[in-house]
Amino acid sequence: MGHLAIRVDGLGKQYRIQAVHQRYKTFRDSLMGAVRGVGARLRGDVDGAGRTEMIWALRDVSFEVGAGEVVGVIGLNGAGKSTLLRLLARITEPTVGSGEVHGRVGSLLEVGTGFHQELTGRENVYLSGVTLGMKTAEVARKFDEIVAFAEMAKFIDTPVKHYSSGMYTRLAFSVAAHLEPEILVVDEVLAVGDTRFQKKCLTKMSAAGYEGRTVLFVSHNMGTIARLCPRAMLLEGGRLVQDGPSNEVVSAYLHGGSGTTAVREYMEPPGGDIARLHVVRVRTGDGNVAQVIDVRQSVSIEMEYEVLRGGHQLLPQFQLFNEEGIHVCSLHDVDPAWRGRQRPAGRWTTTVTIPANFLSEGMIFVRVILVALNPTIHQFARNEVVAFRIVESMDGGDAARGDWSGTMEGIVRPMLPWTNEVAEERPATKSRVG
Amino acid sequence: MPETALPVFRIEATKGWRSLKLGEVWQARELLYFLTLSNIKVKYKQTLLGASWAIIQPFFTMVVFSLFFGKLAKMPSDGAPYPVFTFAALVPWTFFANGITQSSESVVRIGNTVKRVYFPRLIIPISSIMSGLVDFVLAFTVLLGMMVWYGIAPTMNVLWLPAFLFLALATALGAGFFLAALNVEYRDVRYVVPFLVQIWLFATPIAYPSSLLSEPWRTVYGLNPMAGVTEGFRWALLGTGVAPGPMLAVSAAGALLFLAAGTLYFRRVERTFADVV
Repeated sequence: MGHLAIRVDGLGKQYRIQAVHQRYKTFRDSLMGAVRGVGARLRGDVDGAGRTEMIWALRDVSFEVGAGEVVGVIGLNGAGKSTLLRLLARITEPTVGSGEVHGRVGSLLEVGTGFHQELTGRENVYLSGVTLGMKTAEVARKFDEIVAFAEMAKFIDTPVKHYSSGMYTRLAFSVAAHLEPEILVVDEVLAVGDTRFQKKCLTKMSAAGYEGRTVLFVSHNMGTIARLCPRAMLLEGGRLVQDGPSNEVVSAYLHGGSGTTAVREYMEPPGGDIARLHVVRVRTGDGNVAQVIDVRQSVSIEMEYEVLRGGHQLLPQFQLFNEEGIHVCSLHDVDPAWRGRQRPAGRWTTTVTIPANFLSEGMIFVRVILVALNPTIHQFARNEVVAFRIVESMDGGDAARGDWSGTMEGIVRPMLPWTNEVAEERPATKSRVG
Repeated sequence: MPETALPVFRIEATKGWRSLKLGEVWQARELLYFLTLSNIKVKYKQTLLGASWAIIQPFFTMVVFSLFFGKLAKMPSDGAPYPVFTFAALVPWTFFANGITQSSESVVRIGNTVKRVYFPRLIIPISSIMSGLVDFVLAFTVLLGMMVWYGIAPTMNVLWLPAFLFLALATALGAGFFLAALNVEYRDVRYVVPFLVQIWLFATPIAYPSSLLSEPWRTVYGLNPMAGVTEGFRWALLGTGVAPGPMLAVSAAGALLFLAAGTLYFRRVERTFADVV
């Protein structure tokens, strides 16, 4: 490691939950809060009002990054990845801890930062470029390159409100891709745009790394992380739980050694007036709770929930996502026993069984949803509640890959009936038979 | 990249009042320029009358004031024709009022950018107020036209005009910083501002001269910095009232106090902008 680019020490960021749920407050709420706080303090309940409303988005994070390193930051949603990047980019201040950053930080937390709908492409390139930290002269010098990279020369003097979303994204990313700060923090921006343009941006990004720039890169795409970043850091619940070579960290993450879980129980069940979610489990075909499941086994996902108010028609659903964030499928409860019927109050367990030889190898993240129908009222919808990994042992069993041992693409890997017919069987030639 | 050339930024919680770091604002002056420019460009996009609004607004206020206060109420106007007397005050007032209205919404309006990239936040309300200077110039041209119409020749006092404009700017910045920062956390500000502007309008000598007040009170009146600004404009352009006296000194002190207090408050709360905007 050469000289230091980033060093952080015991970094922590606390948010008031109120500030998360409620986007802003009014004087009245503040006054009421102050009155309640004073009341609680008078009763000697110092912890009461204040602390329960605070959550740590990031806690006790320490690390160093050398100049020129390209580091991936991975973790589930809400693990604190974006908070970390925001702190490094000085967008917000930590609650505790300290750090230092050597060099200008360019933050690329979302494409189109600083874009204004009413302005033309040209005006926006300047506005956005300068907002992101470039000098005017720098933007002017790179202007043609930016426009060419975005393939936008024809429409550069059209207001961006007339752009298609693809054009908008290309131009916005192109501006960002031409930033040349010493340290670049990037948050999942590559998840947008068409595949060809994404590839182009990835190439540009990895070039940024080779030019000796320090890059911190958040992504859910483990393939991208492994390809671009020699080193990765895994965050979980706001803490840094692993930091090392990216193939090791990625594999720890995917094997569910941390962060992901096959069972989730809610101490404070989320939900609406009608139903609340208590437990979600993943089981193998033989009924054991498991996180790693062979492709030749069936997978059962179950949700346990409390129906508080009976008399509603309910639709429990699971949505499956792979590690690249691709929505593999949505599964809706079509149990004939309850379809179109109102469900009474009580503790319910709804299970779906995914047949063996259906999902492809890799991590599957489960979103759990329950909706009351007629009228449609969402009760709960939770992302990445549980996760499991489909593995294939390749020991020659009865799997969809057959006798092929190479890579097999696709987000599903169904075992389908195949038939062959041969119209006229020819006798083998003598030489072959021998 | 030699190590010594790299700036080092500290990441830590700042406690209490922080330094103003005005140097940071100066370094980001190019951004200030582009934000101001885009504010100006966007302001009258998709309006029928475009930039003429900059004139229509104070002009019609002048017409209404002239009818009701000038003709009907026979309001004294320190010897100048009433329309030009009130318009000379309305021009800086409109700059100020639009400035605080625009800047109070400014940080919230570009909240998405605030959440995604760091730059000195003070730039946001400053650019809102600066973009009002174009409107000011347009309205000021009309004011000059009216002076020609009424045959009023400015005296050497006019050299003081930039100082009064600066006073208006300082007051607008002070109030704008305060309101912009407050609006991030308390959206009530959105409803308070129009009300505040209305009250402040009547608390400022625009429709009437400050000479209605007798002396110790006239000086106290200067605590409203805009009183000094409007009377200063009249004195510099129309030669009405008295030369910069105690009232103006109080106004100037008041304006600087406004500016300092607004800046300090803004700097104190801006650290949580990205979390709450």
